[in-house]
Amino acid sequence: MPINIPQIDYAAILPELLTGGMALLIMLVTPFIPGNRRYYTGYLALLGVIGAAIATYAGFAKEVTTFSGLYTTDFFSTAMKLVFLLGSFLVILLSDNFTRLLKLPAGEYYSLILFATLGMMMMASANDLIVFFIGLEIMSVALYVLAGIRRVDLKSNEASLKYFFLGAFATGFVVFGIAFIYGATGTTSLSHVFDISLYKFPNSGLYLMIGGALLLIGLAFKMASFPFHMWVPDVYEGAPTAVTAFMSSGPKAAAIAILARVFIFAFGEQTAVIAPIFWVLSVTTMFVGNLTAISQSNVKRMLAYSSIAHAGYMMIAFVAASGEAVSAVAFYILCYTVMNIGAFAVLIIVESKSDGDNQLASFTGLGRRHPILGAAMALFLISLAGIPPTAGFFAKFYLFKAAILKGHILLTVIAVINSLISVYYYLRVVVVMFMIDTETEFRPVTYPSALYVALVIAVMAVLALGILPSYFFPFDQPMLVPFG
Amino acid sequence: MHLEQYGTVGIFLVVAVGFVLVTFAISRIFRPQRPTEAQLQPYECGEPTIGPSWIQYNVRYYVFALLFVIFDVEVAFLIPWALVFKQLGLFALVEMLVFLFILIFGLFYAWKKGVLKWV
Repeated sequence: MPINIPQIDYAAILPELLTGGMALLIMLVTPFIPGNRRYYTGYLALLGVIGAAIATYAGFAKEVTTFSGLYTTDFFSTAMKLVFLLGSFLVILLSDNFTRLLKLPAGEYYSLILFATLGMMMMASANDLIVFFIGLEIMSVALYVLAGIRRVDLKSNEASLKYFFLGAFATGFVVFGIAFIYGATGTTSLSHVFDISLYKFPNSGLYLMIGGALLLIGLAFKMASFPFHMWVPDVYEGAPTAVTAFMSSGPKAAAIAILARVFIFAFGEQTAVIAPIFWVLSVTTMFVGNLTAISQSNVKRMLAYSSIAHAGYMMIAFVAASGEAVSAVAFYILCYTVMNIGAFAVLIIVESKSDGDNQLASFTGLGRRHPILGAAMALFLISLAGIPPTAGFFAKFYLFKAAILKGHILLTVIAVINSLISVYYYLRVVVVMFMIDTETEFRPVTYPSALYVALVIAVMAVLALGILPSYFFPFDQPMLVPFG
Repeated sequence: MHLEQYGTVGIFLVVAVGFVLVTFAISRIFRPQRPTEAQLQPYECGEPTIGPSWIQYNVRYYVFALLFVIFDVEVAFLIPWALVFKQLGLFALVEMLVFLFILIFGLFYAWKKGVLKWV
């Protein structure tokens, strides 16, 4: 029997090859570098990310399906990959000083960040549930280790263990869902999974829905949506801050990408069936995230709950389930990545100044003593709250517009009310920074250069996306046209 | 509709369970029963246990087991590849070498980190 070797388009997977290759290279060279110089591998990681971004950009909007239809690069996946790479780029910049200060194993740290990025990129491009699952696992396993990379810190260990156990449980749901979907249709390819003509049994539709629901549970866990959000505060608080910045942007974006591919692109006509579920998830997630964030006195925990709330906003796109909604949620992820990582960058500086303390009190008087740093933090928080002229405003604007176009007025009203609630806890930090002066003397802030580069990029991106969104983001081109 | 196919499995299940039960019953009826103290002890590879079995193992066992599993699984991938090697040709050889090199990177990393040294 002749064996057909699938045609492989190496140019299409060049970004993934570069990211994975650089991660392996870092692992290979790390043991040869003396321990106190290992943070230099961060520059290798930066190089890998930049190379992958260039390769991704070069293949922009080229539609290629390769590996016998298992893997696809299209406009949507390219855009998502660029967002992931931007997030990883900023996080690597944040980590430079951070890994040195906390004496983290730098080589492993950077190679794990690159592996996680590789997993996310696979998730964005997956055209098959098994490929998506492999990407999910590459990402998750790297993140479990990253959460606990500070081995001397008990909180970091706790975060890692909790994330691992609950994450493994959620992964089980994903596999179970895939098994159901395969059982109902006999295929795992996303192009055919929801094709009614393939149904094997008279009640295939039911099994398909059970499979879809189980898949949704697993992904809702990864993106920190309401009933599956309990792990978020503890894990985000316990993980090293730079890792939290990474965890709260990248994996959420990757989960959104695969949700869009499954529930908007592949689901086709059945989107209407699942929309009420997304409606409930979105509303409850927004309320739980925002209302709980109000009572937090720890800024890192507050940002964790804010990340839950933002997952709720993003899910509005799946209720609307239109081409505009996909563009809007992709833009939302881009904005959320820069403003969220920016806020964490300021948090890292404040922490390093106050011996790892991330209570609200440690921000007291920051705006008066260090006006530029305070102004940057204020900008990120205003953007997270969704006030113009920042990226966060237009992110919400386009998302709500997509919802209104589909007639979801009530959902939009609820989302706006939630944005108003969130203003309270975001601006509380601004109040503490600017309105209250501190009696205790501020220690001089050291200026780790890489961190400041990240901060400047994030500030510029938040302003640029908030003033000229359509200049930087192609809203007029459909990202992912739903079937049917 | 599909139940007929399961019928065979069902009969097999009944026979399997029945065989065990019948064998045990027959041996119970016919064997002599003269238990001594030594016979009533739990059989554990001939040695009575020392201390509780819920102890912490050295983490090294775990790392060794992990390294073993990696190469164990690798062989499972290598054998089907080797069987059809001639039909697959050069392309598959290169692909397999890439796969092997990635695993060897891992072993190399573990080696340099001193995992293979038993202190």
